[in-house]
Amino acid sequence: MRSTTALAAAVLALAVAACGGASDEVGGGSENAAAASGGGSKLSLVAYAVPKVGFDRAIPAFNATPEGQGVTFSQSYGASGDQSRKVEAGLEADVVNFSVEPDITRLVKAGLVDESWNQNEHKGVPFGSVVTIVTRKGNPENIKTWDDLLKPGIEVVTPNPFSSGSAKWNLLAPYADKSNGGQNPEAGLSYLEKLIGEHIKVQPKSGREATETFLQGTGDVLLSYENEALFAERNGEDVEHTNPPVTFKIENPVAVLKDSKNKETAQAFVDFLYTKEGQTQWAEAGFRPVDPEVAAQFASDFPEPEKLWTVADLGGWDKVNEELFEPETGSVAKIYDEATS
Amino acid sequence: MRLALRTAALGYLGVLVLVPLAMILFRTFEDGFVAFVESVTTPAAISAISLSLTIVAIVVPLNVVFGLVTALALARREFPGKGILQAVVDLPFAVSPVIVGVALILFWGNDGWLGGAVPVIFSLPGMVLATVFVTLPFVVREVEPVLREIGTDQEEAAATLGASRWQTFWRITLPAIRVGVAYGVVLTVARSLGEFGALTVVAGGVAGESQTLTLLVHARYIDDHNTFGAYAASTVLMGLALVTLVLMTLLERRRKA
Amino acid sequence: MAVVALPRRANPGSGGLVGVGVATLWLSVVVLLPLAAVLVKSIGSWDAITAPAARYALLLTVGISAVVALINVVTGTLIAWVLVRDEFPGKALVNAIVDIPFALPTIVASIVLLSLYGPRSPIGLDLYATKPALVLALLFVTLPFVIRSVQPVLMEVDREAEEAAASLGAGGWTIFRRVILPALYPALLGGAGLAFARALGEFGSVVLIGGGIPRDTEVASQYIAKQIEIDRPGSAAAVSVALLAISFLVLFVLRRFSK
Repeated sequence: MRSTTALAAAVLALAVAACGGASDEVGGGSENAAAASGGGSKLSLVAYAVPKVGFDRAIPAFNATPEGQGVTFSQSYGASGDQSRKVEAGLEADVVNFSVEPDITRLVKAGLVDESWNQNEHKGVPFGSVVTIVTRKGNPENIKTWDDLLKPGIEVVTPNPFSSGSAKWNLLAPYADKSNGGQNPEAGLSYLEKLIGEHIKVQPKSGREATETFLQGTGDVLLSYENEALFAERNGEDVEHTNPPVTFKIENPVAVLKDSKNKETAQAFVDFLYTKEGQTQWAEAGFRPVDPEVAAQFASDFPEPEKLWTVADLGGWDKVNEELFEPETGSVAKIYDEATS
Repeated sequence: MRLALRTAALGYLGVLVLVPLAMILFRTFEDGFVAFVESVTTPAAISAISLSLTIVAIVVPLNVVFGLVTALALARREFPGKGILQAVVDLPFAVSPVIVGVALILFWGNDGWLGGAVPVIFSLPGMVLATVFVTLPFVVREVEPVLREIGTDQEEAAATLGASRWQTFWRITLPAIRVGVAYGVVLTVARSLGEFGALTVVAGGVAGESQTLTLLVHARYIDDHNTFGAYAASTVLMGLALVTLVLMTLLERRRKA
Repeated sequence: MAVVALPRRANPGSGGLVGVGVATLWLSVVVLLPLAAVLVKSIGSWDAITAPAARYALLLTVGISAVVALINVVTGTLIAWVLVRDEFPGKALVNAIVDIPFALPTIVASIVLLSLYGPRSPIGLDLYATKPALVLALLFVTLPFVIRSVQPVLMEVDREAEEAAASLGAGGWTIFRRVILPALYPALLGGAGLAFARALGEFGSVVLIGGGIPRDTEVASQYIAKQIEIDRPGSAAAVSVALLAISFLVLFVLRRFSK
């Protein structure tokens, strides 16, 4: 019995002793001290897969403001659909940042987010990106446009639209191009049928996982956010990205949860994201800011495509999500299922 | 011939097990010990280590108490359905960890049998339940044969001498099975620290809160693109595994003795 | 052994039955009920197993697990032989090394193998997202089963029979095949069965190095996890039940034959 009790005691002691930091990687160090001295609250952020690089800058910048002093964050990143469903199922959160609006709408319907979340001047979207084509360095297969993706033998890596927000943007971009903004749905769907049916093999569950899969050597082309491409390139990976001449405007929404225990702080954080300082942080991280002045400042990082379609052009997310992505009934959902199950 | 066999066996073990492990250690420490320490003392890492150990600290006593009760019932008593109980104890060995996660979601989750009445999924109770599921057989299976072997003579003798059931248990039974219990505990600890599949399904995976050390390794590799960090965290787990191995070997000797 | 029949204390009785009751309740809440939930959920969704990717995942998993079990039979016997019959410095250490896969978390196994046999491989051997990578990962985690199953039996084998055969002129291999192997069959079957069952459900060790490519290297456990991620619990439950059924069947059959 002694050996058992001793073991249990040792384990317990270790657990208690190690129970120190309950915060995260970012804003850790010094902020821990500030929090300990009674500075601030703790915000729980649940986000989609790729914005960590942006929050890594935005959070310390927020901490430098009077509203943000001593505020610590716990962060969770994952596939947008997955994360949204987790929050709906009970995962605690104060602030959510998803890839696509339907993942916030789900929470509105569940009574977790107020209906007025997108009533500000930027419709609840503090930053965004565009859909881009990522290839190996040097672009050996010379893939520059949506048509190039359909060249024989080209394997395209894009996530699973049933779990990932990135996937939806990636499919909407060529769809909007081929269907001329939704006016000719058959043409758009016909393109997607070829793309999904013949050029997609893997089904990574999130935008980040898609990037990882591509970097590990799978596939010839990765479809992703421009910010994710920049992230990979700035990390020294052997890839490059090309914005196709016709692409899609990505808008990533942010909202505060109704039952947040730190509602004021959460709202202050979200408001901060729209300030010049906040916007600059996002721009430096590779995300397209929504503030026109900051956007002008960083214009060289974010080239204007020839034609930029938006969800509004297609009739808004409610319509798009239901007609195209609704499981079992959406036209794109059906194509994807057929090809991959 | 003997040499050929020995070389083949050692070669297989070396290539399959030792070389890859050495690889990780090399990669972890090639930038120096300080880099390693920094990587495993970030707030998220400390929280992950603490969470993993907390789960162990809860799972072990649960398994010891209920494991002993179960082992006693199986070794000492006859009752209808005993065969089924025996089989159920072995079930966790045959169930994939992912299926464990699915099962827990379908039972405890919001759309599950209990309608989410007890908040389990995405929080600590869920992670504990998943870990208890996969470690359930260890203590039972280590203790039950010992109980059978030692028989009830001593216990009966104590009873006739006036000892209460509790005294009998504490003074007679427990010391006799303590090596078995210890071995079961060590196996439980090792398995708990290593649990991953079930946790990917039922854990919140929030860095700094509901991420165990194993989840941290995966998140660092895939989500953070932090290969070095993943190696460093793996090394911590390998260290813990090493301690487990040493304990296992020592207790193994005691068991045989 | 008592010479005099001592009066028995009332051992059976309410106290003991409480133990049985508690054990039953514990096992039900922790194991049985959640598994029953899976079974029930699968009932509306059986057709999910017929989806091509699901079928492929199940067949791939069974096939690879069988291959791994067979390889283990050979290598496991070899290593057990060397550990029991051979003497060399450091043998105790090698014996302990066999337990490493038991003690090591599966995700660590995956990352460890990936560092050596993945895209950043220092020896230029990139097995990422190939079936050999799956076999490799599974061989790692199933290493101890056959070895530990065979070792005790090997230690007990009757040396006299071997010596008799040798004195009759039988060579080493014949002795092994005719005298030793038959004694090992039950242990081999038992160990192979455990290895097979373990490989069948394995997730953590294949998750990084296997690539999880649907209809190529995606094993059943990954398929099930994916179904949960894309919000298809019925499909996850159905494939889970299929996988469990296969495990139980194999274990049951092997238990019969290894008695």
